[in-house]
Amino acid sequence: MAAKFIAHTELDAWLGRISERYRALVPRREGNAVVFRPFDPAMPVELKARPTESPKAAVFPRCEALLAYKYEKDPEEPGRVEVEVAERRDGVPTVVIGGRPCDAAAFKTFDRVYDSDRVRDLNYLNRREMTVLVSLVCSKPATTCFCHWMGGGPASTAGSDVLMTPVADGHVFETLTARGDEVIGTELPDASDAQMTEARKVQAAAEAAMGEPVDVGAAREKLLALFDDAGFWEAESAKCISCGVCTYLCPTCYCFNITDEKFGHEGVRLRTWDYCMSHLFTMEASGHNPRPTKAHRLKNRVGHKFSYYPSLHGGNIACCGCGRCIRSCPASVDIRAIVLNAIAAPAPRPKG
Amino acid sequence: MQHLEELKQQIRDRLPALDLVIGWEAGFDPLRATPLFMRQPDDVDRLIIGPQCVHNLATHLTGLKGRKIGIVVKGCDSRTIVELLQEKLINREDLVVFGVPCSGVVSVGKIGRKMGSLDYVEGVEFSADSVTVASEGVQNSFALEEVAADKCGRCQYNTPLLFDVLVGEPRPGDVVDDYADVATFEEQPLEARMNHWLEAMDRCVRCYACRNACPMCVCRDHCVAQSRDPHWMTQEDTVENKLLFQIIHTMHLAGRCTECGECERSCPMSIPLLLLRRKMNKEIDALFDYRAGTRIDATPPLLSFKVEEEKINERGW
Repeated sequence: MAAKFIAHTELDAWLGRISERYRALVPRREGNAVVFRPFDPAMPVELKARPTESPKAAVFPRCEALLAYKYEKDPEEPGRVEVEVAERRDGVPTVVIGGRPCDAAAFKTFDRVYDSDRVRDLNYLNRREMTVLVSLVCSKPATTCFCHWMGGGPASTAGSDVLMTPVADGHVFETLTARGDEVIGTELPDASDAQMTEARKVQAAAEAAMGEPVDVGAAREKLLALFDDAGFWEAESAKCISCGVCTYLCPTCYCFNITDEKFGHEGVRLRTWDYCMSHLFTMEASGHNPRPTKAHRLKNRVGHKFSYYPSLHGGNIACCGCGRCIRSCPASVDIRAIVLNAIAAPAPRPKG
Repeated sequence: MQHLEELKQQIRDRLPALDLVIGWEAGFDPLRATPLFMRQPDDVDRLIIGPQCVHNLATHLTGLKGRKIGIVVKGCDSRTIVELLQEKLINREDLVVFGVPCSGVVSVGKIGRKMGSLDYVEGVEFSADSVTVASEGVQNSFALEEVAADKCGRCQYNTPLLFDVLVGEPRPGDVVDDYADVATFEEQPLEARMNHWLEAMDRCVRCYACRNACPMCVCRDHCVAQSRDPHWMTQEDTVENKLLFQIIHTMHLAGRCTECGECERSCPMSIPLLLLRRKMNKEIDALFDYRAGTRIDATPPLLSFKVEEEKINERGW
């Protein structure tokens, strides 16, 4: 593992060289939003502001064709129609530069679902194996940050291939995996002892700035206990407008929808992001919907992250504490408050 | 702010006869307010009013049909209530409107651009015409005019058009909105305008916050964008398809949009959606001399039928 230094003045040139070998996704400001885009030397890279979206689209695109199909009539027997199906799996070697440690940790949430004993999602895994994460240490937590509640931290290395730490004149790049070594290579100068010392100070200060973490371990049982407490969920979801901002910007939300999009005799089977705040998310073919109101839907979102997922995946919470759902929510719904309210709520009376 | 206690008292007085009253409370930081649903007298203690109370709370009304609701409104929000009543989407007798005259709300986006970051807001102070934001130990003051939402600069309805209780002094609105922003945009060549929208829509994530935040977007769970049967729109996320949805949204709001700007404010990707809605409203204004939610007793032009429209020469071709 290596520690290299890139001066601010050299960063664009280095990103240019990386772009020759990889799709290099970097944060870029568009309007008031900061989004991940392929590096373009004409466009400044935004490393100060926290990205509005998570870089999850690098491995889990908003929309991808899983297969293409084509119906063909048999010329000999016109009543007989054959369907030709071609599986699609694509992806290019990608480096995400400037995602945060919370974003990198979040990919672990996906891995447990898409790479398990029961299911191996080859489209996901194909991209995942081709993607290298160069994460930027958050030198100061935002008011919406709570990664340390989730076991993470602003300088955490979990899930990252390279950790980049801002120092006075540039960034120190510390490789953490073989894939990280491959991206960084040997061309860059080694970080000096002074730069390493400074980087460690920045990391320690960032960790210290988070304050004491809150233990939300009790949420797992408590959310289950509150499952039938409609009053609790109606109150908690009152201001929610049931849009998809929280889920779409969330680094750990991984649900998808599948639709066949047919034009004439040809079509594609698309996988697109779906979201549990949507009425259609659990709509059954019979017309019955087990989650008819936004209260049912928000209960699922919070319950999934803090109770059901941990129950299924070794106690791991499906939230990385990035705070995007809080910061970008049109109604400022605060998932921290919901979880804490659930923990503090009086135990519902037993039925019967 | 001196009227806050009076507003709280008015709400407490009427709360027993209501299921709930919707207002605002402090959010996750002092710049971000959040909707407050008051059910118990204690809840009223948390109420705030001020330029940070940006949300158009009328968005929640159609989802609460059948309940007795109190709602706190600014002037612009009252236009939404007028439009909802005209379209018979809510019942007047189920509603108690608490009106507060308004001198403008802040645009968090504008303050963010000036401050560089709003990740660390420690404190905010509002005066009659300025806002002071403290972040990372630095204080910055801005004239409210400079950081107010665009809609506030053209607002003629500082005092609610409709209310049961008015708290505070009515404020005259003497600005004229001549759709100058739309006209300026229209001066650009067609290609430049198209490119503007393609570039902006490219970052749309199809989260539908614009739709769900819109108080007049009442199809909700039956939206054309996601209906499966019939399958009106592809789920492909090409920029053309995303723009197509916005055009459909705009057409559905023609002459109905009260320009509260919740679509634009809610967009996490900062896509300037209100301009699209205003373009359509400009045409409706020119054709029918009508602005949504401004005339309490009128019938919106697209909900009515006249053999001869006054401004459309139907037989003169």
